[in-house]
Amino acid sequence: MRAEQISVFLENKAGRLCEVTGILAEAQVNIRALALADTSDFGVLRLIVDDTEKAKEALKKAGFTVGKTNVLAVEVPDRPGGLYDILNLLQARGINVEYMYAFVQQSGSNAVMIFRFDNTDEALKVIQEKGLRVIDGKTLYGM
Amino acid sequence: MIYDIEYETMPREALEAIQFRRLKATLDRGYASVPFYRKQFEAAGLTPGDIQCLQDLQRLPFTTKQDLRDNYPFGMFAVPMENVVRIHASSGTTGQPTVVGYTARDVDTWASLMARSLMAGGATRGDIIHNAYGYGLFTGGLGAHYGAEKLGASVIPVSGGNTKRQVVIMKDFGPTILTATPSYALHLAEVADEMGVSFRDLKFKYGIFGAEPWSENMRGDIEEKLGLVAVDIYGLSEVIGPGVAMECHEAKKGLHIFEDHFIPEIINPETGEVLPYGETGELVFTSITKEAFPVIRYRTRDITSLNPEPCICGRTMVRMNKVSGRSDDMLIIRGVNVFPSQIESVLMEMQNVEPHYQLVVDREGSLDILTVMVEVSETMFSDEVKTLQGMEKEITKNIKDYLGVSAKVKLVEPKAIARSQGKAVRVIDNRKI
Repeated sequence: MRAEQISVFLENKAGRLCEVTGILAEAQVNIRALALADTSDFGVLRLIVDDTEKAKEALKKAGFTVGKTNVLAVEVPDRPGGLYDILNLLQARGINVEYMYAFVQQSGSNAVMIFRFDNTDEALKVIQEKGLRVIDGKTLYGM
Repeated sequence: MIYDIEYETMPREALEAIQFRRLKATLDRGYASVPFYRKQFEAAGLTPGDIQCLQDLQRLPFTTKQDLRDNYPFGMFAVPMENVVRIHASSGTTGQPTVVGYTARDVDTWASLMARSLMAGGATRGDIIHNAYGYGLFTGGLGAHYGAEKLGASVIPVSGGNTKRQVVIMKDFGPTILTATPSYALHLAEVADEMGVSFRDLKFKYGIFGAEPWSENMRGDIEEKLGLVAVDIYGLSEVIGPGVAMECHEAKKGLHIFEDHFIPEIINPETGEVLPYGETGELVFTSITKEAFPVIRYRTRDITSLNPEPCICGRTMVRMNKVSGRSDDMLIIRGVNVFPSQIESVLMEMQNVEPHYQLVVDREGSLDILTVMVEVSETMFSDEVKTLQGMEKEITKNIKDYLGVSAKVKLVEPKAIARSQGKAVRVIDNRKI
């Protein structure tokens, strides 16, 4: 039920993001979602792509440090309080969000959020118990 | 003024007679008491009896910093510990500094040499000396302190750091002599300026600066900003500490080596061949009065040349020119010796961190800034920023703990560190010294 996300280490200087997207374009990899976390010196670019392995290989070949992480793509009801209900539930069980970002595509009438939890297994259990839909990797990359 | 007029102005012939007598005593003691030196003699097929003139010293092998490390901590001491009254240490590789010891007589010798140095630099009994060299294992603080007391001057043992408080003390106590590293002296001036205190209006007449290389340009800068006469002092803990050689304020042209205690040689660092006066090479010292920690042909790695010409100050002792560089990769950051290999050891000891690094040294204002660039390898990479920042902090802390120097740690992409012919360039020194 998990999705794979790749993360790329970038120095915080001009043109880095451009270079990464250029490499992915060259490799014919389509970016499905992305988020960038940065400090004054460096940033970590997180990406969901349609072909994780291909993207990883291409970036590594170009000399970038690339990591792979399991994340959860969760359907969040697209209404006021939709996200709150989920976070509230997780907090009650002592599960924390390390970071999250939105997926571009909607799934039916729901929004899709990418979550990185401090305890992915436990989070998956709680979310599924609640009857929320977690989108598996394969489906997600093709959405 | 000259502190020890008899010795400091001694004609060369008389000086050489004393040197030879003292050298013989040192070699006898080293051979008898330090297994390392006995082995050195044996390796050369010699005994102390074979050394029959000063030139014969050249027949003995060199002693290197590595030899001192191999005998860590007390293996090079020539007297039993009950005769040692002081221990100092200079920064070395992780957990292994170079340790030196002093007998009561050594401490007294050192104090006299520092008294000579301070007076050569313009100090007299009536002066108040603001001693901003660090006190502790580093020889700078205590060396200058004992010399100041020996001279009979008043010493303020302010040590390094706490700069604003130092400015207040300088303003209120009216010291007339400043002893510090040259970069810290400039930093003091900047902080004073920020506090609205004009350094030039303070009572300083002379500044005695050392423990790191500095240029003639920097001298001009310091003299202009601080309103004092800036003179250079040289020393290293392995030989005794500060007070091995000192510039006279009259000429400000080279540092008089106290040859009645140390015999200098200049060698070709590649071949070990002894070079004549005037030629540039690596400075080598043999101590001839030290009891606890004698050194025989110790390679300092400092590059300079010797000038035997008579000096206007009246001292007859040979002068070494300002140190122009190193024959190894040692960096001096705010007075602290830093070898790239030490940084490497710190990185290697950390989990997940690979020793792909580069040191960049800049001088911002008057302070040396050391930036350690560390390439982010796959094993240390995390998708979480806080983990990476934690790693930066941990590296910074470990460098501070092991080396005693503050560094800025910067994580960089793997290909960010320039490589020349496949070999990483480990050090970029942007300081204009």
